[in-house]
Amino acid sequence: MSALHAPAVPEKLTWTGGSEPLKASYGKLMMWFFLLSDTFTFSALLVTYGMIRYSQQAYEGAVEKFYFSTTHWPIPEKVFESVPFLHGMSLPLVFVGIMTFILIFSSVTMVLAVEAGHRNDRADVEKWMLWTILGGFTFLGSQAWEWSHFIHGPELALAAKDAAGNAIEGANLVRNPYGPPAFADLFFFITGFHGTHVFSGVILNILIFFNTATGLYERRGHYEMVEKVGLYWHFVDLVWVFVFTFFYLV
Amino acid sequence: MATATLHATDTHDHEHEHHELGFVQKYIFSEDHKTIAKQYLISGIIWAFFGGAMSVIFRLQLGFPNMDLTWLKPVLGQWIVEGKLEKEFYLALVTMHGTVMVFFVLTAGLSGTFSNFLIPLQIGARDMASGFINMLSYWFFFLASIIMFSSLFIETGPASGGWVIYPPLSALPQAMPGSGLGMTLWLSSMALFIVSQLMGGINYICTVINLRTRGMSFTKLPLTIWAFFFTAILGLLSFPVLLSAALLLIFDRSFGTSFYLSEIYIGGEALPNIGGSAILYQHLFWFLGHPEVYIVLLPALGITSEIIATNSRKPIFGYRAMIGSMMGITCLAFIVWAHHMFVTGMNPFLGSVFMFLTLIIAVPSAVKAFNYITTLWRGNIIFTPAMLFSIGLVSLFISGGLTGIILGNSALDINLHDTYFVVAHFHLVMGAASFFGLMAGVYHWFPKLFGKTMNKNAGYIHFWFTFVGVYCVFFPMHYIGLAGFPRRYYSFTALGNGRMEAFVDMNMFISIAAILTFLAQAIFAVNFFYSIFKGKRAPQNPWNSTTLEWTAPIEGIHGNWPGEIPAVYRWPYDYSKPGSSVDFIPQNVPYSATPESNFPEENEEIANEKEIEGLLDIQNSAYSH
Ligand SMILES: [Cu+2]
Repeated sequence: MSALHAPAVPEKLTWTGGSEPLKASYGKLMMWFFLLSDTFTFSALLVTYGMIRYSQQAYEGAVEKFYFSTTHWPIPEKVFESVPFLHGMSLPLVFVGIMTFILIFSSVTMVLAVEAGHRNDRADVEKWMLWTILGGFTFLGSQAWEWSHFIHGPELALAAKDAAGNAIEGANLVRNPYGPPAFADLFFFITGFHGTHVFSGVILNILIFFNTATGLYERRGHYEMVEKVGLYWHFVDLVWVFVFTFFYLV
Repeated sequence: MATATLHATDTHDHEHEHHELGFVQKYIFSEDHKTIAKQYLISGIIWAFFGGAMSVIFRLQLGFPNMDLTWLKPVLGQWIVEGKLEKEFYLALVTMHGTVMVFFVLTAGLSGTFSNFLIPLQIGARDMASGFINMLSYWFFFLASIIMFSSLFIETGPASGGWVIYPPLSALPQAMPGSGLGMTLWLSSMALFIVSQLMGGINYICTVINLRTRGMSFTKLPLTIWAFFFTAILGLLSFPVLLSAALLLIFDRSFGTSFYLSEIYIGGEALPNIGGSAILYQHLFWFLGHPEVYIVLLPALGITSEIIATNSRKPIFGYRAMIGSMMGITCLAFIVWAHHMFVTGMNPFLGSVFMFLTLIIAVPSAVKAFNYITTLWRGNIIFTPAMLFSIGLVSLFISGGLTGIILGNSALDINLHDTYFVVAHFHLVMGAASFFGLMAGVYHWFPKLFGKTMNKNAGYIHFWFTFVGVYCVFFPMHYIGLAGFPRRYYSFTALGNGRMEAFVDMNMFISIAAILTFLAQAIFAVNFFYSIFKGKRAPQNPWNSTTLEWTAPIEGIHGNWPGEIPAVYRWPYDYSKPGSSVDFIPQNVPYSATPESNFPEENEEIANEKEIEGLLDIQNSAYSH
């Protein structure tokens, strides 16, 4: 767009008006400011997480003796230790680690798509966008599995136990045998809110792929849309790193 | 004169300038910032009358508790029971009055109107960065309005928990009728409103950064634009937090979560919710709530700067200090929210931190107040209606701001919290002051908005009624508040063994003043709508103003300027410049054309004029998609 064709602005006139001082088109700027705004949305939710979590009782005993109870916050490793197809194996945080890796990997393919856009290489943009979309869908599918596992409860072989040694059942927004109700509430709300962002991102990626495939951007002469949606996609990944840290690691 | 503006050669190829837009595209789903501004303005005015009417109804209850209100039955229907206002509906009125005035009138109506209208015209842009998102912004607001409005007509009534909708009251549908469907509609409406604000704000910010005309550096921006810019940043960073708060509340209400709920008994029955925190909601809410008062006030202050300088025929005093103080207010606005929560059991040490930060706001506020006064000082003042409303704003800003220093004190707040003292304070400093800014803006830019002039004498009558009326309404409230009257109460019969009856006459006085002030607004409404259709045709620059919008043709064409956008060479406040034969020099007049009035450092800038003109190609390329 403008910045691509316009003659260069002398440096001392950068902020004198008549040009784009940040060397970014308004579309890209708008995306940046939207992401800044969205950062505050997520920050509010993570602050909520922090405030509620630290108002609750923490588990104080030894890790080996940990049991599930609604009176203390659970240890995440004990809650999320299943992996699809690997029945009966205790693999704490392995699955969510894979999910995280997939999402970060999809950010890498997005970078490659943007880079291909700079080269005006339509075929490459299509290829890397497809990989990104695939990564997004895989993440969403994994999250769906993670959720349904949390909702239905662990399989008997793994036998998450409460204080009395009984195997516990799954959680939902109202009832949560893994710990205080807030644990499940926050988990569903925040990962759900993030998942909604991922889902919107996948939709946008599909639109971009479609427009690339029909040659729209080639005719337009630049692939800036890929960059804009790329910004959003990286942001969603970055937010996941925080969500992951808050829910699974801290 | 500005040579650039006189070139009639139409080099920019706006294809949509050559074909007429259909009615729908031109007036309804318009992407033209001027049309969107008018849509915001008219929606805001309509909302203002609803919000004002609500306050009149509950003022009737407060001033004349024994009055027979049967005559209101045709309007209020079931809400009048045996000639009396229904108690629950009183709470709904208070809530809706606050919501409507704060969000729909003074946020959308004020900033929506003037940011949209003035940003492109004053910075020299053909339109907003994204006309489409700008249009969406209005229609999201419209949808929010429809939902909020419809909540007035449902059987259980609109939301009633106060405009701050604190849980658990707002979270439990069984807590009060207004926490049922009315609250659901309130939350849905506000979620859409936030989206609208977000789209508007992103547009304002990006337009100011990217679409300033050549020569329009940030230090040559009119203070209105600075004000809108800071307002947009405030909204961009604080509204999303309200969105999060509202979403969590929606989940508590509808999906059984316990984010804000813990250990509650209703009617002797224990609710299952445990572990949540109602205080958490207050933190999230006031993280928006406090910046919101500046979202409402800053545009009014910006408009006032412009009008006071123009009508004093003097440069604004302390241009950079004004920018600095607005920047200071913007930053401080994010770190003082807990002064609304001094009595929530907050750690007193934390309270004193927030108190300290809050009181610092007095510094930039005082800078602004003194700068207005020093601009007026020995000015060649022209008392247009806009000028009167601007001076009125300064007055209200000072008298309301002084009580802010009292309320910001965490110890004094224990006594004054949630009394009419608070009501008096924020109505003066934020409500009335911003309303005056809105009115000043309408009177001042009406010729630009509609190409017509408003009746001046009707403007004077409107001003004096409103100015005197507002003080008559809100000044006595300080005494009522000091006497301990809590806000939002339906009646005071049961309080203090009849001691409260001592203030019956004062409440009556306030109510009469409120009704008269409200009725006086009809003068404005008639003047406004009459002038749109039948007003005298306005000259292009009726106030002899320096800013760019007055160089654009009066017809308000698509793209704003028929030829090239004018370049800008000087700041916007060259009024009564020594040596100049005219008492104002517009921003687009180069220094080379005014050797008789240039200061030495301005003579040096003549050398840069070629460079500024050289930016024309780059600027035009931004518009050739
Ligand atoms: Cu405040």
